[in-house]
Amino acid sequence: MTNLITLTRMRMRLAMRNKMFFFFSVVMPIGIFFLYAGVFAKSDPAGVKFLLGPALSFNVMGSFWGLSAALVMFREQGILRRFHVCPVKESDMLASSLLASCLMMLPIVVLELLFARYIFHVPSLGNVLSIVLLATAGIISFGSLGLVIASVTNTMQETQVLNQLLWLPLIFLSGATIPFTALSKGVQYVALFLPATYLVHGFKRAIMEALWPNALGMIFISLLVWFVLTLFLSTQLFRWEPEAKIGRKAKLYVLATAIPFFLLGLYEAKNGRVIAEEKIIMQKLDDSDKSKEKPGQQQKQEAPKPDQSAPAPESH
Amino acid sequence: MPEPVLRVENLVKRYGDVEAVRGVSFNVQEGEVFGLLGPNGAGKTSTIEILEGLRTADGGTAVVCGYDPAKDADALKHEIGAALQSTALPDKIRVMEALKLFTSFYKRHKQPEELLNRFGLEEKRNAFYSQLSGGQKQRLALAIALINDPKVIFLDEPTAGLDPQVRREIYDIIEELRRDKKTIVLTTHYIEEAERLCDRVAIIDHGKVISQGTPHELKQASGDKTRIEVRLAKPESDTTLKNLEGVHDCRALNGAYVLHCQRPPQAIVALVKHLETQNNELVSLEIFTPSLEDVFIELTGRRLRD
Repeated sequence: MTNLITLTRMRMRLAMRNKMFFFFSVVMPIGIFFLYAGVFAKSDPAGVKFLLGPALSFNVMGSFWGLSAALVMFREQGILRRFHVCPVKESDMLASSLLASCLMMLPIVVLELLFARYIFHVPSLGNVLSIVLLATAGIISFGSLGLVIASVTNTMQETQVLNQLLWLPLIFLSGATIPFTALSKGVQYVALFLPATYLVHGFKRAIMEALWPNALGMIFISLLVWFVLTLFLSTQLFRWEPEAKIGRKAKLYVLATAIPFFLLGLYEAKNGRVIAEEKIIMQKLDDSDKSKEKPGQQQKQEAPKPDQSAPAPESH
Repeated sequence: MPEPVLRVENLVKRYGDVEAVRGVSFNVQEGEVFGLLGPNGAGKTSTIEILEGLRTADGGTAVVCGYDPAKDADALKHEIGAALQSTALPDKIRVMEALKLFTSFYKRHKQPEELLNRFGLEEKRNAFYSQLSGGQKQRLALAIALINDPKVIFLDEPTAGLDPQVRREIYDIIEELRRDKKTIVLTTHYIEEAERLCDRVAIIDHGKVISQGTPHELKQASGDKTRIEVRLAKPESDTTLKNLEGVHDCRALNGAYVLHCQRPPQAIVALVKHLETQNNELVSLEIFTPSLEDVFIELTGRRLRD
């Protein structure tokens, strides 16, 4: 336990001293939030509320990027070797990575909620407990995906390629950038197999419908099962030494991490619940727009819906 | 004789088809400085990393501080300290933070402040690792290796890549540890390092121990012969040179002739006379007192640096 605490403290210190990490972990998430709230939602409280879930998801999912890069860098520079000769276990290194990520990301999530409430005057943030728990589940599960990526790639270059390949579908097909209901029917079905879709969907329902954690049980369970599977795989594939290369076959283990959401995707594709709920959430936003537009018809011409106007921000 | 603190028998390590360690055996007694001397790629690092519990052997047995490194690596790591080759610390960690961090991993440990003073790093306590010089980084690595007051200290090429002045600083530190009766296993490909620091040396080549003993014993076993290195204007047959008076052995190495002589004055006179008769000239001549380099040349026909 002491190792976990001291390593976590070290990881946080180092992250805060690294300008690039600080930019991607603190500046960019806040920048993304203001982009969504100020530009895409045009500071309209209802629009900000609708886009708060996608903005939070975008930032929470980004945890896998930073964790994989940091671990591979530590391995390539021989830093992990130095820890290997000490009484430090793989689980200490991996758990401290996740804990540090959580402790750094959660305050950003809370800050974004406060900005939404007090700068953009969102009247209600929905169920804050569900939002915070979803953010935590998202950070640790996507962070664990990052740890698997770090374990199955041999160089930083390979890591960045794999990160990019995973990142693009996660942000573009999940509803984090392009609204889910704006996707074609076929793409919506593909999106049902992505963990990101459920994170975005969970955030939206917690914010728009103020659902308690128990009402989001399926999402929590699937994210946590995914977390356990990816963490287990990353401990099995963990390498301390830069020379200890991993074979091509082992890289296929990344596919194993898709199992929980493959099963959930099959289930959801059959019963269509998520697609229906997304339509309801969008309908609520439309209704809210209409009720505001009734007093002055001119506004109707000027204010496009945030969901229709939100372009996809560039990935990092 | 007391039970050795470190015992290695027939150790084998393979990387695919390459056999890096081929039946290495040696013992190290408590309070002894033991050196593994050999050229790069001889199998020294693989051997030492098996003993540290970082790699698993493919054959043979090893016992360090009463533990099998393959089975009891966790317990063993509390008893040993190590300064590894090609390791680093994060650039943005401060010296004092690094010492405190590594202190936290051990049940038994020294005070970071004490190590900071002992290794002359007081002024650098708040410096980032990236701001340290090569010598300071190595001193910090040694301080971290001693943080748990280890029973056995492994130093893998502790002075590789350092300039001569820094190398001497590191020698002073290791000599201080030797005076404190610390058990040290070090790998090196520097002759003077092995001769100056080690109580006993195992010469290792192509994954095998080819000779071991105290530096004095090894030199005596090879005849304690003076080495004369000559360069000639025209090539000569090494067999002819070997038959000269006072010359025990001659080998052609990298364009020079290495003569091992029991009677150097007679050998030099005989050489000069021979060159005159052959209408050949002496381009350069260097005389070396017997060293472990000569032992290595005699055993392998190569220099350590080759």
